[in-house]
Amino acid sequence: MATMTYLQAISAALREELRADPRVLMMGEDIGDFGGAFKVTDGFIEEFGADRVMDTPLAESGIIGTAIGAAVVGMRPVCEMQFSDFIACGFDQLVNVAGKMHYRQGLAVPITIRLPSGGGFSGGPFHSQNPEAWFMQSPGIKVLAPSTAHDAKGLMHAAIHDPNPVCFMEHKHLYRRIKGDVPEGIFETPMTARIARPGSDLVVIAYGAMVHVALEATADLDGASVEVLDLRSLVPLDRAAILDSVARCSKVVILDEANMTCAAGAQVAALIAEYGFEDLDGPVVRIATPDVPIPFSPPLEQATLPSVERVREGCRELLDY
Amino acid sequence: MATHTAPASEADVGAARHLQLDDRIWLLRAMLMMRGIEARAMNLYRQGKVPGSFYDGFGQEAVSAGGAFAMAPEDRLCILHRDLAAHLIRGVDPARIIAQYLGRATGLTAGRDGNVHFGDRRLGCVGMVSMLPDMMLVATGMAMAFKLRDEPRCALAWFGDGSTSRGDFHEAMNWAGVQRLPVVFVLENNQYAYSTPLAKQFAVDPIQRAAAYGFVGVTVDGNDVEAMFEATRAARQRALAGEGPTLIEAMTMRMHGHAAHDDMKYVPTEQVEEWRKRDPIERQETRLRSVGVDVDALRAAVQAEIDAATEVALAAPMPDPATAVDGVFCEGEAEPLGDGQAPWSGFASPRADA
Repeated sequence: MATMTYLQAISAALREELRADPRVLMMGEDIGDFGGAFKVTDGFIEEFGADRVMDTPLAESGIIGTAIGAAVVGMRPVCEMQFSDFIACGFDQLVNVAGKMHYRQGLAVPITIRLPSGGGFSGGPFHSQNPEAWFMQSPGIKVLAPSTAHDAKGLMHAAIHDPNPVCFMEHKHLYRRIKGDVPEGIFETPMTARIARPGSDLVVIAYGAMVHVALEATADLDGASVEVLDLRSLVPLDRAAILDSVARCSKVVILDEANMTCAAGAQVAALIAEYGFEDLDGPVVRIATPDVPIPFSPPLEQATLPSVERVREGCRELLDY
Repeated sequence: MATHTAPASEADVGAARHLQLDDRIWLLRAMLMMRGIEARAMNLYRQGKVPGSFYDGFGQEAVSAGGAFAMAPEDRLCILHRDLAAHLIRGVDPARIIAQYLGRATGLTAGRDGNVHFGDRRLGCVGMVSMLPDMMLVATGMAMAFKLRDEPRCALAWFGDGSTSRGDFHEAMNWAGVQRLPVVFVLENNQYAYSTPLAKQFAVDPIQRAAAYGFVGVTVDGNDVEAMFEATRAARQRALAGEGPTLIEAMTMRMHGHAAHDDMKYVPTEQVEEWRKRDPIERQETRLRSVGVDVDALRAAVQAEIDAATEVALAAPMPDPATAVDGVFCEGEAEPLGDGQAPWSGFASPRADA
């Protein structure tokens, strides 16, 4: 075991994969000599060389498209989008080429796309988004969103070993704020949900940075026993774990940092409405960012992203229902 | 700019430098097979047996036949919807192609995708998507892997004149130029992107863009299969020699509508008639007849094969509806592309690519 930040855990996973598997290569803008905008690949080029830690042209479609080509001839590319927002420029390659390839032709596309995502630091409308639902709506793409250092590492290994396109949502606001014990060496975290804290009166279902907001908001809620379910994987979505929490807790708050409409949480709510209705003892409550671009100025940004206070308030109201 | 005339090639006077007689017959055979299969499929479409619409490459057979013929088994191809001859050269069974058009379980995508949207992964081919220049980046990525692994192989992607307006065209050309990758880009200039003529597509002949991205651009008579072969062979040699990509602009003409539903009234009749005189199959037949090849016998053999393939395809079952949601994800090991057939006699000897 070693104590690592979320960012160090991701770096460690990448480094170990590069050492273990000659098929693995990193591709992205400024990831080589510069070490990446967030320094996730800092020092990699010295150990692995410029071929395997590739500074690419500034072309997101190019990064994903060439990664697909390399993957179908036997490589295991790990692509960095400098900010998840920029994947809009490579969306076509991801959803139309990578996502449909196996279904159409039985040809696997083992690529991992790292997506530094999320807001909370005045990144503004183009450096703060949580675009995970874009990929959930597109068949053939797995979507992972770890909240802890341990899971960031284990899920990164799982993503790189997976024979499918995987979007790896790494929350920028967790990079250096979150620390934890991480086992040494390569291990895989399953693409299932995890109970971050068990409880019995209410469950908050969240993923990524919002897991920490949920834990803080419900740590001391007038003595209520509040469960926090960390989804970890959005595709596949752990339906059994979600319905199990609902059955035990009967009250549900679903928390998304993404924009409200058709967010991951909307899918979770739909699942509960259809398959968990009999277990509910109150309306399903959703808390998410309203449907606006993420604003720049701190008071505006704080007014949009779900806060500890909003979550606490939402939980209280539901507990009183 | 928009009034290119295809240059007469040296191959017209029998100067194909790297082709044996058997190779030249092979090329004609591939083009005849393509035209015959597509004609049959068009009939099946009119009989209501081909769902959706139907797309063909009538008049453009030389572009895919000549290009694919220059590629080795270990090379990798991204094939477009007017390039059926490339699939045939790589070794795809005509019965599976017709079954593909019919949406049958035995088609190359087992009914998951239609018409020429397929590639047999076991033969080193990646099926196209409808966003045509996307595959230029996939080919670029394959070439990138070959270079990283120091493998003497190359990738080839076909795309159309309309593709040159899309960002992925530029991203692929730039990427391949920057990294000096072993990739061949074949621009199939068939004068129209659906109804849009060249004059509305670009202000500069796209062949000039090759230089802008730092590599060689070659304009070829795309209706001369031997010239297409020679240009692609030379491009492949440059790629293997570490000299980077080549853009080949194959000048041709889309002789049919964009698809079966398109009467192409927007194309002047004189333009079609002008190009009809340059039919790639007639040209190759004339050459081969002049050296004593029994072209009629070849035609009859091809037709018999297509008839048999059609019978097989029509007898094949439709896909089981219960399988419609299967196979979205790969559940086992990722299996990379396999090697295709490469009938060119030059590949038969150990140093064939030299």
